[in-house]
Amino acid sequence: MSLSILAVDDSRTIRDMLRLALTQAGFEATTAEDGVDGLETLKDMSEQPDAIITDINMPRMDGFGFIDAVRAQDTYQAIPILVLSTESADELKSRARTAGATGWIVKPFDPSKLIRALNMVAGKGAA
Amino acid sequence: MADIDPMAEIRASFFIECEELLESLQDGLTAMDDGDFDSETINVCFRAVHSIKGGAGAFGLEALVRFAHRFETVMDEIRNGRLEPTRDTISLFFRGADVLFDLVRASRDDESLDDATVELILVDLEALVGARLAEEEAEEAEGADFTPMSLSLDPIDGDDHSGFALMDLDAPLDDPAIPPTSSAPAGFKIAFHPAAELFASGNEPRHMLAALRDFGEPHITCDLSNLPDLTGLVPEQGVVGWHITLETSARKEEIAEVFEFVDGLCELSIEATGSAPALPDLESIDLENIVIPGPRPDDDTPPQDATPEPAPATPPSASSPPAPAKSKDKSTGSAKATVRVDLDRIERLVNLVGELVINQAMLSQSITEAGVPTNSAVGSGLEEFLQLTRDIQESVMMIRAQPVKSLFQRMSRIIRESSAMVGKSVRFVTEGEQTEIDKTVLERLADPLTHMVRNAVDHGLENTDGRLAAGKSADGIVTLTAAHKSGRVVLEVKDDGSGINRERVKQIAEDKGLIPPGVQMQDQEIDNLLFLPGFSTATEVSDLSGRGVGMDVVRSAIQALGGRVTITSEPGSGTTFSISLPLTLAVLDGMVVETGGETLVVPLGSIAETLTLTAADIEQLGADTTLVRIREEFVPILDLAVELGFRTPLEGYEGRSVLLITSEDNSRTALVVDRIVEQRQVVIKGLQESYGRVAGIAAATILGNGRIALILDPTDLIASAGSSGPHSAQPFAIAG
Repeated sequence: MSLSILAVDDSRTIRDMLRLALTQAGFEATTAEDGVDGLETLKDMSEQPDAIITDINMPRMDGFGFIDAVRAQDTYQAIPILVLSTESADELKSRARTAGATGWIVKPFDPSKLIRALNMVAGKGAA
Repeated sequence: MADIDPMAEIRASFFIECEELLESLQDGLTAMDDGDFDSETINVCFRAVHSIKGGAGAFGLEALVRFAHRFETVMDEIRNGRLEPTRDTISLFFRGADVLFDLVRASRDDESLDDATVELILVDLEALVGARLAEEEAEEAEGADFTPMSLSLDPIDGDDHSGFALMDLDAPLDDPAIPPTSSAPAGFKIAFHPAAELFASGNEPRHMLAALRDFGEPHITCDLSNLPDLTGLVPEQGVVGWHITLETSARKEEIAEVFEFVDGLCELSIEATGSAPALPDLESIDLENIVIPGPRPDDDTPPQDATPEPAPATPPSASSPPAPAKSKDKSTGSAKATVRVDLDRIERLVNLVGELVINQAMLSQSITEAGVPTNSAVGSGLEEFLQLTRDIQESVMMIRAQPVKSLFQRMSRIIRESSAMVGKSVRFVTEGEQTEIDKTVLERLADPLTHMVRNAVDHGLENTDGRLAAGKSADGIVTLTAAHKSGRVVLEVKDDGSGINRERVKQIAEDKGLIPPGVQMQDQEIDNLLFLPGFSTATEVSDLSGRGVGMDVVRSAIQALGGRVTITSEPGSGTTFSISLPLTLAVLDGMVVETGGETLVVPLGSIAETLTLTAADIEQLGADTTLVRIREEFVPILDLAVELGFRTPLEGYEGRSVLLITSEDNSRTALVVDRIVEQRQVVIKGLQESYGRVAGIAAATILGNGRIALILDPTDLIASAGSSGPHSAQPFAIAG
């Protein structure tokens, strides 16, 4: 089953890779380049994405701010949000969780892992 | 289009992104160097290095990852205010940025870099943060997350867990000592009680329970023991729990992975059932280890094989072929949207527009010749067409234009390296970084500019003692500026050194036989001696000189771009090299002339003035040399038609037109032609591919009447005339 994913990352390379990994898995990928862009894109999407992937270190609005802003809106309470970051410090993970992140994946990512995690959080995997 | 490996494309695009990131790093560091420690400035630097690390990790570029990681760690210290950014720190960051640049290039070109240079900076970076870095290093070794990513369409293999750092919920049971081959069916007993916070995190217990089916058929019982009265029920509260038994050959960490994201948001226990609990003591476990050596027992056994009923749905990418998926990039949020275009396509467009300009000119000429009045509909339509053609031409040229900023940043590095080499303290100032210039011109400027900047540091600036003695600041200043001036780009390399020592320059030129001894020369003429081949003022060979490039080569390189280079120098206060360049290599402002029955184009930039000869102005000097008096000066005449072999010298030159050409050495020549036709923009068509280099001829063009005309290279023409013919135009010979 195809999932629609919004991927937010300021690195063009990572965006390209995510798009490739997601489309190869048969998913629909929409990308944005920072938190602000991510929020606008989310608003513009005709249907809510099944899950969101976001980076932490980004200009204008970082990942924490982005997750906060997404969760602040009632309609987006249930969207699973996976953080994809090179960082792995517990302090950052707990900040992300407080903001409302669903999970944390460390970059560089294994595409099959990412897909599995997305399927799991979006409930489309083994259902 | 042929199939292109998408990863190769992303890799190529990664290196382009790296260049951009390195540029913003340079910008940030420059700002910090100027005292701007705004948190966003520091963040920009951090993010640049961080993003390079992230991408490099994805491609398994270990050397790059390693360096970027350490660099980033130090920057993070500054970002968090734990480290004070001193001048030394910033200067180290600049060096770090240089190494990062080299590492990016080396990674791109699959080359390896001299480890010693990299290590040197790493040692310095480590010294700044010392213990903290070592600590992180240890942490990182534990995590071992930096495995390169591989993207493929292969089915997912379920036994690679390198990506998840949080997975080890219960380390001792990670031990491979739990054998799945024992007699009782292997499996797990799982108790899962979500806390309230779990529901706020976007996690859904239902999905996790469903995901367990990947490993086998779970038997799930709902634990309602914590369920309060209906009155005390809070919908968001986690009051329901589950007990699950799962028969599977999967490893515990595979099961734990399902609950990875909810670690800390629930009560969770995963206990192995089957044979494992029967062998609780360590000795037995050790024994098992001896009996089953080698790779993890389940490595070659996919979960499905050992499960009585195969899992109904493995992850989709494994079970179903990838569906054609839409991909939208809505990355338009910040800055300007850009699109990468193959340079060949732009070249083609430039050429086509060139043809359009020619075609427009031809059409315009035919219509005029047909006697159509300019105020007719055709005439005004033509006028509009002319304007449109010009606009299109300009816009197309703009596509190729790039700001000189990247070039200036390269020079900043040259300054750092060369000043360190000669032990001078130099401040580098740039102005007009946003000035745009044709990409090809920009690329070809790098070498000559490098040489000029090195010269400024090496020869232009005094050493610190000398500066202090002259009452100047200890830091020498090298300024690089770019600006648009009357349709050209002017670059200046300026130092605030002692200026050109003209006596010495003249002496050296005499010693080397470049000029006759005792000849009277203007200051400007002496300065221009620096451009003579084989000239070098360095009395002792410093580390920087002796690189085999002289100012003569610099000048040729600039001239080949249709540019000019001039020197101005003020004793005691410095020297300025000024390079004037055309905006593009594709079109040229030219003077169309006729002589000896041929039509030729002379670049407007090389013409100082034009005049018509009168008998009174002409003076004969000996049999071969004719001079023309221009105000108080006598200038030798060069008959263009004779020089190009169109005719033999004329008896008299009254009434002919003269183009006064100023050469780079400031000597002047009166180029005689029969008639000046018009001044116009012409499209340059290269000749070298077909004819090789022809002395005195730069290129060709197609005129409005469809005829081909040669474009002259007057300086080259005069130089070759001076060295070969009787029409010597030079006061002293400059070997060409």
